[in-house]
Amino acid sequence: MTQQELLATRSDIEAKLYRTRFRADDQPHLIIKDQEVCRHCAEKPCLVFCPAAVYEWDEERKMTLVAFEGCLECGACRMGCPYRNIEWLYPRGGFGVQFRLG
Amino acid sequence: MAIRFDAVIVGGGPAGLSAAWVLAQAGVKVAVVERGDYAGAKNMFGGVIYHEPTEWVIPGFAAEAPLERKIGHHEYWFLDERSALKVAYEDAGWREAPNAWSVLRAKFDAWFAGKVEKAGARVITQTTVVDVLRHGRAIRGVVTSRPDGEIEAPVVLIAQGVNALLVQKAGLGRDWQADEVVLGVKEVIQLPKGVIEERFGLTENEGTAVEMMGGLATGGSMGSAFLYTNADSISIGTAVLLSDLRARRENPNHLLEKVKAHPSVAPLLKGGELREYSAHLIPEGGYRAMPRLYGDGVLVAGDSAAMVNAVTMEGTDLAMVSGKLAGQTILEALEKGDFSEKTLSRYRDRLEDSFVLRDLKQFSRVGTFFSRNEQYFDFYPRLANRVARQLFTVDLRPKAEHVRGLLDQIRGERSLWRVGLDLVRAWRALA
Repeated sequence: MTQQELLATRSDIEAKLYRTRFRADDQPHLIIKDQEVCRHCAEKPCLVFCPAAVYEWDEERKMTLVAFEGCLECGACRMGCPYRNIEWLYPRGGFGVQFRLG
Repeated sequence: MAIRFDAVIVGGGPAGLSAAWVLAQAGVKVAVVERGDYAGAKNMFGGVIYHEPTEWVIPGFAAEAPLERKIGHHEYWFLDERSALKVAYEDAGWREAPNAWSVLRAKFDAWFAGKVEKAGARVITQTTVVDVLRHGRAIRGVVTSRPDGEIEAPVVLIAQGVNALLVQKAGLGRDWQADEVVLGVKEVIQLPKGVIEERFGLTENEGTAVEMMGGLATGGSMGSAFLYTNADSISIGTAVLLSDLRARRENPNHLLEKVKAHPSVAPLLKGGELREYSAHLIPEGGYRAMPRLYGDGVLVAGDSAAMVNAVTMEGTDLAMVSGKLAGQTILEALEKGDFSEKTLSRYRDRLEDSFVLRDLKQFSRVGTFFSRNEQYFDFYPRLANRVARQLFTVDLRPKAEHVRGLLDQIRGERSLWRVGLDLVRAWRALA
């Protein structure tokens, strides 16, 4: 997909996430293990494939930002990061996404 | 002070609850630890469940479970950009003897958990299991995210789903790779009951299940798109191999929007309102990706054990059946007072005797075969549409010219020899 399609998809996802119920924790459950690895990662696939568009690259600070509050907890980033650079934990009990339909 | 149970089950999904159901009915002091607000809060699937395996686990479920529609129609759609070749099967016999039901996972699992609780199990919600407790080599309980949250039990069933972190902590298996999991995204779109029935040509309470194949549904990768009718909503989603999404730099929501815009799909969803957007991984590595299914004081069931049949798109029934078999094995172990590997190995024997392991063994080569041969998800669905188009097109040209045109088109992309070879190989992988 093109860069433009990606931007449109990210804002589409953002709008959709309003329909899904979350109870956000103040503790992150997705942690970039080493930002240096992200800096050297040319493809940065997590920015593209995440169905909740959780990951964003901050060009100024040269680091991956993680909006864990909107995470759908699928685990794709855990297995999809080619460097296994994402520490993926289950959110604490009762926190995170709460599907009403599923 | 740790609390004590006779058995502890990690995860309130179909596998964990089925095991708890067996144990609670036998009067065993069993705990189900669920990280969501309620069982089902973290669960998502396409969804249909099949009548017979569900009946085997929960006799009489159809009278009380929150079911959406009785599925009397199963359809395969092969999508091209603007066309769809549809293969449909409908069975009037399924009106009396249902084959499948559409359900919403969160509703169904919450109902099942209530039933399990009434039978005497403790369902401990809002609690995440973070580790196993060990006594020497044997597993004897779990550690939860609650302060002082240890739960002791002589036997633990790991049924925590596709992100099976505990399976690795228990030393039973490796983590899965991106080419062993399919990433599914789904929308539930609300529409009035009558509108759904009119659009799909359904009588009341009857439903349709559609699987969509073709490059448009999956961006040419291994996977499919799906559409299921619920009582007053439609579930629509895509499911594509994670490694393919990564390699193609594709986002699953982008694919889903393309499927929703297809001229054969869009009119079915028109005017509907989004109720929920969700995502979930499906473990499709199959037999070769399975962890060890038992150890000292521990068993693994459902998605955590890669019990998904990628060919027939079954998962819930395998989870429920494996959960029940795990429950039966735990009962046996409790009677003997022996939770060693030797006693728990009976679980594996039970699975070998059931369709669960027989089917997974049968299709053990399918996943890797199709993931390396993307023509089956791109070229052939397009070809099928072209053939259909030629078949139905009447113009002023003689038919022989149509056939020649078609063959020229095929040869332009793939030699007829390759086409023949593809057919033989696909047959070999499946048979």
